[in-house]
Amino acid sequence: MSSRSQAASRKTGKTRKTAGVNNFVVKFANVNGSGSASANNLFAKAIFRMGIPVSPHNIFPSNIQGLPTWYEVRVNDKGFLGRREGVDLMVAVNEQTIVRDIESVIPDGFVLYDSSKALRPIRKDVNFLPIPLKDICLREFQHPGQRQLFQNIVYVGALAALLDIDFEILTGMISEQFRGKEKLILPNVHALELGYHYARDYFDCPLPIRLRPSRKARGKILMDGNTAIGLGCVYGGATVASWYPLTPSTSVVEAYGKYCKRLRIDPGTGKRKFAIVQAEDELAAIGIAIGAGWNGARAFTASSGPGVSLMQEFLGLAYFAEVPVVLFNIQRVGPSTGMPTRTQQGDLLSCAFASHGDTRQVLLFPSTPKECFEFAADSFDIADRLQTPVIVMSDLELGMNEHVCEPLEWEDARKYDRGKVLSGEQLEQLEEYGRYLDVDGDGVPWRTLPGAHPERGSYFTRGSSHDAMAAYTEDGNVYAEVMDRLARKFAGAGKVLPEPEIHAGGASRGMVYFGTTAGAIPEVQHKFDKRGVRLDTLRIRSYPFHDAVSRFIEEHEVVYVIEQNRDAQLKSLLKIDCGANDEKMRSVLSYNGVVISADQIQAAILADLPEIPEQEQVSA
Amino acid sequence: MSYIVKPKFHHPQLQKNDLGYTRRDYEGTLTTLCGGCGHDSISAAIIHAVHEMSLAPHQLAKVSGIGCSSKIPSYFLERSHGFNSVHGRMPSIATGANLANRELYYLGISGDGDTASIGLGQFCHIVRRRINMLYIVANNGTYGLTKGQLSATADLGSKTKSGEESRYDNIDLVSLAIDLGASFVARSFSGDKEQLVPLIQAGLSHRGFALIDVISPCVTFNNTPLSAHGYKNTWENNVVLSEIDFVPMRKEITARYSAGKDKEITLHDGSVIHLHKTGSGHDPGNRENALLHVNEHKKQGKIATGLLYINQDQSDFHELADTVNKPFNRLNEHDLCPGGEVLADINETFM
Repeated sequence: MSSRSQAASRKTGKTRKTAGVNNFVVKFANVNGSGSASANNLFAKAIFRMGIPVSPHNIFPSNIQGLPTWYEVRVNDKGFLGRREGVDLMVAVNEQTIVRDIESVIPDGFVLYDSSKALRPIRKDVNFLPIPLKDICLREFQHPGQRQLFQNIVYVGALAALLDIDFEILTGMISEQFRGKEKLILPNVHALELGYHYARDYFDCPLPIRLRPSRKARGKILMDGNTAIGLGCVYGGATVASWYPLTPSTSVVEAYGKYCKRLRIDPGTGKRKFAIVQAEDELAAIGIAIGAGWNGARAFTASSGPGVSLMQEFLGLAYFAEVPVVLFNIQRVGPSTGMPTRTQQGDLLSCAFASHGDTRQVLLFPSTPKECFEFAADSFDIADRLQTPVIVMSDLELGMNEHVCEPLEWEDARKYDRGKVLSGEQLEQLEEYGRYLDVDGDGVPWRTLPGAHPERGSYFTRGSSHDAMAAYTEDGNVYAEVMDRLARKFAGAGKVLPEPEIHAGGASRGMVYFGTTAGAIPEVQHKFDKRGVRLDTLRIRSYPFHDAVSRFIEEHEVVYVIEQNRDAQLKSLLKIDCGANDEKMRSVLSYNGVVISADQIQAAILADLPEIPEQEQVSA
Repeated sequence: MSYIVKPKFHHPQLQKNDLGYTRRDYEGTLTTLCGGCGHDSISAAIIHAVHEMSLAPHQLAKVSGIGCSSKIPSYFLERSHGFNSVHGRMPSIATGANLANRELYYLGISGDGDTASIGLGQFCHIVRRRINMLYIVANNGTYGLTKGQLSATADLGSKTKSGEESRYDNIDLVSLAIDLGASFVARSFSGDKEQLVPLIQAGLSHRGFALIDVISPCVTFNNTPLSAHGYKNTWENNVVLSEIDFVPMRKEITARYSAGKDKEITLHDGSVIHLHKTGSGHDPGNRENALLHVNEHKKQGKIATGLLYINQDQSDFHELADTVNKPFNRLNEHDLCPGGEVLADINETFM
């Protein structure tokens, strides 16, 4: 069957209701290390620049070269950018996985593949788009590297014709990308054109799944969460970053370093207003941040599951000795090494109670890059205000994938809140100073920094039991008083923590969720609205929980707690802290390493509803 | 914990230093260590050293790990901030503290368990990072707080009080530090205050990472005639490579050792170290020579002490990291925040 006749048959074939103009999923199946990533990014960003909401996801191996990697791009004009099951167009250019990749395409969907090698047609219910990518590149390019790399650009060019991507946007992006390396622009544009013309010559372009310029994503940004955190740390005044490389957290410190080199150079001397230490391990990474925090600099570290496990002892010290420090936990799949390049919300309990003994840690849960930026900047104020560690709980999905969100904002009048730190002058006025005296009754004592005053304010910080004057004690009652004060401090933390985001309209059922589950929620609500089922929502943004969380649970007959782990960790925490009745709390869980989808949530809630409304075609 | 409060009374005619402070102003709480513990002599030497060089106590921060050794920062320099952290991790706390404020003096106190076992990794890396600090190891070859297990610095064949014999080669911290590029490496003995005090002064004044490995006998668990780290063995086998005298900056030179002065080293802050060679042929400016002397003495069952190695040409962490002179902890939003307009430009790059 020629490609033309395939395309023709497609024209008469019925199109799937879920897909259409500005509404489809394209998936790229590549070999990692083959240069596909930048080509695939080019594809997604070009769609974004047409003003169309888009959500790309990397599904990549823990490997440098040679293993399968996928890039999944959902386009949805309604702005539903959670993951959607099913692939409408598969760019199947990895021979290792091509059979399974083709199997994952929905009936009547499309498969673009490299026809330089014969492919045994394994399905009759999908449309094949054969392009001899390798042969084209062998013919057109001399350099062996280019012959490989440009195969990716050629398929992007073909997709431009097939999906109606604005070609000028693509060439404009190539020019931007290679600014300063102009001689690379021409061959890249040539590769795009080769694909574009091939598709125009051999297929009916565009396909029924295609793009139309939109205004939906206009004025927004497309950014990954880790970049936003790195930038938030620059804005929030962090001067010390100590870290140990660990996927998927690595790009946090890389982004911080990149922006610091541009924005944190003293204009007079050319010297740096920041220091980054790549430590020997995560124990040292958090230790350095704690040492800096103790001495009055804003400091952070970024890590993920295995590294955060190593930091536990130090987190307990910072909790008990009351030292401000910020940890960004970009969660990945555990336990142990788990799936290092897949996403999960599996560290909730281990972080909330990080370290031995009675500890409670402050957690923040961003769900968009904009919140990553804001929470990163806020976390330093919060840590200083509460004199305790703040753990920002992002995940691989948010951290390493680009998301469409509102532009970042900064109020220039904003001052850093350094919390209760006594200056030398203030110490001069004081009758008595005790590091852990609760003079204000809020459980937060006043601290001093080394060097503040020649004779006053010094104290000995320790992880061993201490009294209000910071002296060592084995008096159990004095110890208990300190522990009670710490509990009071923690209980009162809510006033400086972001409030939950609530959408309530008096429904009897509600959904409680946090972090990257947020991407799927508008679509879930839309699906249930269409069935006439109302669901209120509450998105948790911090721990300890605000009172509004308990109220929300009380006010609803059934609460679906949606999270991405096996053990319903958020539900456990809600039961412990909000005394929530187990009967009404229903878990919706996903822990297969990819972000939870609206379909999954919908299916789980549907199965739980007492009277299942009449089945109808699920549509997005 | 100390149930007895240290008396505040002191003799009215105690000698005052340039800042008007007496020795008492540099003391800490009452020690809780065993009577005769070498570590108390180290505390006393620190008090003596810092007072004598007229260092304002609040300009120094004490950091330590866990163990008998790491408790001692309570017993000196009460007017200095202190941080008793977690086992083996003092180097990371010291690193962070130093990054936050480069203007203070940092004094790290650790032990042989803290440095040579649980914290060996952190020790190696703080040497590599060239943090400007003095790192003192109170080295007794045993775990005191857990009642006398052998540590990794216990010499092969050394026996503890319970009769347990060290069957493994020891980790030699001075050799390791020299090998890793530490720029000031000394070994001393808690019982030799004449040597330890000027070494502490020189180590604090040195710009860069300074290590003093102090043999500090544990009277309770590791002080038998068969203990390599015991008083008897250390007194008998201590070989002083060169006698040292320290003259703080802007001070008149009044050397303790009147004759035989044959090397003078001026430190970056203007202080001067006088080394009185004892005919050992040791050259503290030469890394290989320093290592050779340490190893040769060890082979003969001797302990080479003194300033083993010094290199003043090395940059410290802040120079390598090219940081601003103003301490990070004094930078505010005006210094650090790029502002809304810049952010709007950054947004553009993501559109």
